[in-house]
Amino acid sequence: MNTALTILADGVAYASWLFIVALGLTLVFGVLKILNVAHGSFYAVGAYAAATFVAWFATWGFAPWLSLIALLLGSVAVAALLAPLTERGLLRVFYGRDEVLLVLVTYALFLVLEDLMKLVWGVNPYFVTAPYGLFGNVQIGGQSYVGYDLALVAVAITCGLGVWWGLNRTRAGKVVLAVIHSAEIAASMGVNVGRVYTFAFMFGIFLAALGGALTAPMISVQPGVSVAVVIVSFAVVIIGGLGSIEGAAIGALIVGMARSLAVHTWPPAELFSIYAAMAVVLIFRPEGLFQRVKARRI
Amino acid sequence: MRIIALAVSCLFAASASAQETFKLGIVSFLSGPAAESFGVPAVNGAKVVLEAFNKGQAPAPYNKTGFGGMRIEPVFVDENGGATKQVQELRNLYDREKVDAVVGYVGSGDCLAVAPAAEEMKKFLILYDCGTPRIFEDGQYRYVFRTASHAVMDNVALARYLKARGIKFSTVNYINQDYAWGHDSRNDFKAAAAQLFPGVKNQADLLPKFGAGQYGTEISALLSQPAELTHSSLWGGDLQAFILQAAPRDLFKKTQVVFSAADHVLPGLGDRMPDGVILGARGAYGLMSPKSALNDWWWKLYSDAYKTYPVQAPYRMVQSLLGLKLAVEKAMAANGGKKPTGEQIAAALKGSEWESPAGKIRMALGDGHQAVQDTAIGRTKYDAAKKMVTLVDIQRFNADCVNPPNGVKGEDWIKGGFKGAKCD
Repeated sequence: MNTALTILADGVAYASWLFIVALGLTLVFGVLKILNVAHGSFYAVGAYAAATFVAWFATWGFAPWLSLIALLLGSVAVAALLAPLTERGLLRVFYGRDEVLLVLVTYALFLVLEDLMKLVWGVNPYFVTAPYGLFGNVQIGGQSYVGYDLALVAVAITCGLGVWWGLNRTRAGKVVLAVIHSAEIAASMGVNVGRVYTFAFMFGIFLAALGGALTAPMISVQPGVSVAVVIVSFAVVIIGGLGSIEGAAIGALIVGMARSLAVHTWPPAELFSIYAAMAVVLIFRPEGLFQRVKARRI
Repeated sequence: MRIIALAVSCLFAASASAQETFKLGIVSFLSGPAAESFGVPAVNGAKVVLEAFNKGQAPAPYNKTGFGGMRIEPVFVDENGGATKQVQELRNLYDREKVDAVVGYVGSGDCLAVAPAAEEMKKFLILYDCGTPRIFEDGQYRYVFRTASHAVMDNVALARYLKARGIKFSTVNYINQDYAWGHDSRNDFKAAAAQLFPGVKNQADLLPKFGAGQYGTEISALLSQPAELTHSSLWGGDLQAFILQAAPRDLFKKTQVVFSAADHVLPGLGDRMPDGVILGARGAYGLMSPKSALNDWWWKLYSDAYKTYPVQAPYRMVQSLLGLKLAVEKAMAANGGKKPTGEQIAAALKGSEWESPAGKIRMALGDGHQAVQDTAIGRTKYDAAKKMVTLVDIQRFNADCVNPPNGVKGEDWIKGGFKGAKCD
């Protein structure tokens, strides 16, 4: 019983972390039809920005709990500064071109951002562990978990429900949905599609940066943190269906539980379990769990 | 008349030598997860040492300007990008950059890939850092050398330390990265522990991927099957993340953790590093380095330049450059004072020995191509007054105690009961 609880707790905690990042990835694809390879770089920039903001807050003598606000501010800063610059200054030039070209453009952006991060923050590690101890420890199934890890579950649920509510229950969300279904028709109805693209990209990047910022307290922030997360996030959105928020949630849970089960029962299959789950889903649902088959436009 | 002619020719030779350069390729991680812990500190170490060489400011016997009067011109290459890329980059260094020698490679996978490429091209290569013993155990090389001990030493020394300190354990958990280094380290420690602690039971055997970053599930797995000892060869960002995530969950209080190569995370982690962790540095490096004039010079040179003390990666870089310097100068002398070929440098380095800041380096294994050296193991203790992690209970092991004899595979040597080991 305890083992089952531990597997469940580990799986959900890992899935929550993944979901926050994958949600941004799937949102950007859903609206802009861009498979953003640089998503992991924005995650890393978010981690660095968080490290910088937390350090500033500490220097100014703010209370430790305010470091959580610093994490959030770091993510907002990345989304507000980098996202419009990227979307308007780079991606917009390539809209309407082959989707493969956009993948290559974002890959180039990934490489550029990796070097830019080194120029700005150097290669030495940053430690921002203050927020990690704020929630104490929690006992689950005979195991002691860091409360911060479990708080991420609440953050992930909030992000997921918030995006779902925003898209389905607000006027702005319905405009975004209209653009997702057909940008041309939405434009003909008077929707400023360019602005929708910019804000959707900003929000997607905010989620990537938030994922990085929330991860920063539990790692040493240094070059190379962006690669692992983006690869697993791709598995998540492929399982769930590219562009689907529900899919990202279920995909993250499948990946998290598969990995947790493997580590606890058969550790050599840790990576295999993730991609085996993906392969099984794709055999039965080639478009992913929540992607409807679309008629091809002629 | 003949004396005058000889003097004039010597002057010309000296003049040519002074103008000549020795182009040296240096390959290490300048980006990616290994840059912070290994690549950049090693390259930083190379920069200050090569500068000292070029100014003739290194202590004797390393005090000749450059390499035997030749100015050293380094070409730095990023090791990031995988083994296939590294083979191509190595070919570029030899063919396009026309380097005279290459010193490089942290990744065991990279070393296994580039060594055959250098041999095929008949070009001189020093592997300065990577740990897998397979390079010279499974292959024979003429142009390839490794100037640091392989991972067998690290894990045998850990096991011997536990024995010497009377630390008793009957169960072991493992967490090592899922690539050559992690697998080899785990196997060597398992075998050494089985020899020195008969009946020891191996439990959880976790192999997270390199760069995983998230260890919550692995920590739960380690805590679910509590063992008296937990062995790990994690390093760099992975090791830092593991420590940051495991410490609040009391893993370090519930099991004696031993790290085979962890000194490099101490300056960054500071008081986040738990006390009582037993660790090695893959040599007598950093806080465990021996007292000597050469080590004092090197420590000051590095610390003054970078405001932190040198850890294992720069130590291994400097010992490779010191060995290369002496080999080039020896080959040069044998070549009538002219710049030696790669083949001549290889002949000079083969089976040689030299003093390094970490002690004597002897090219004693792999038919004179693989180094052995002394090592040390210690235990962490945070010093609040100095605001740094110190190492206490340091124990040194001489090279012949923790390295296999020439011609014997490390794994066979351990399983055969360390035959030929000299530990006195």
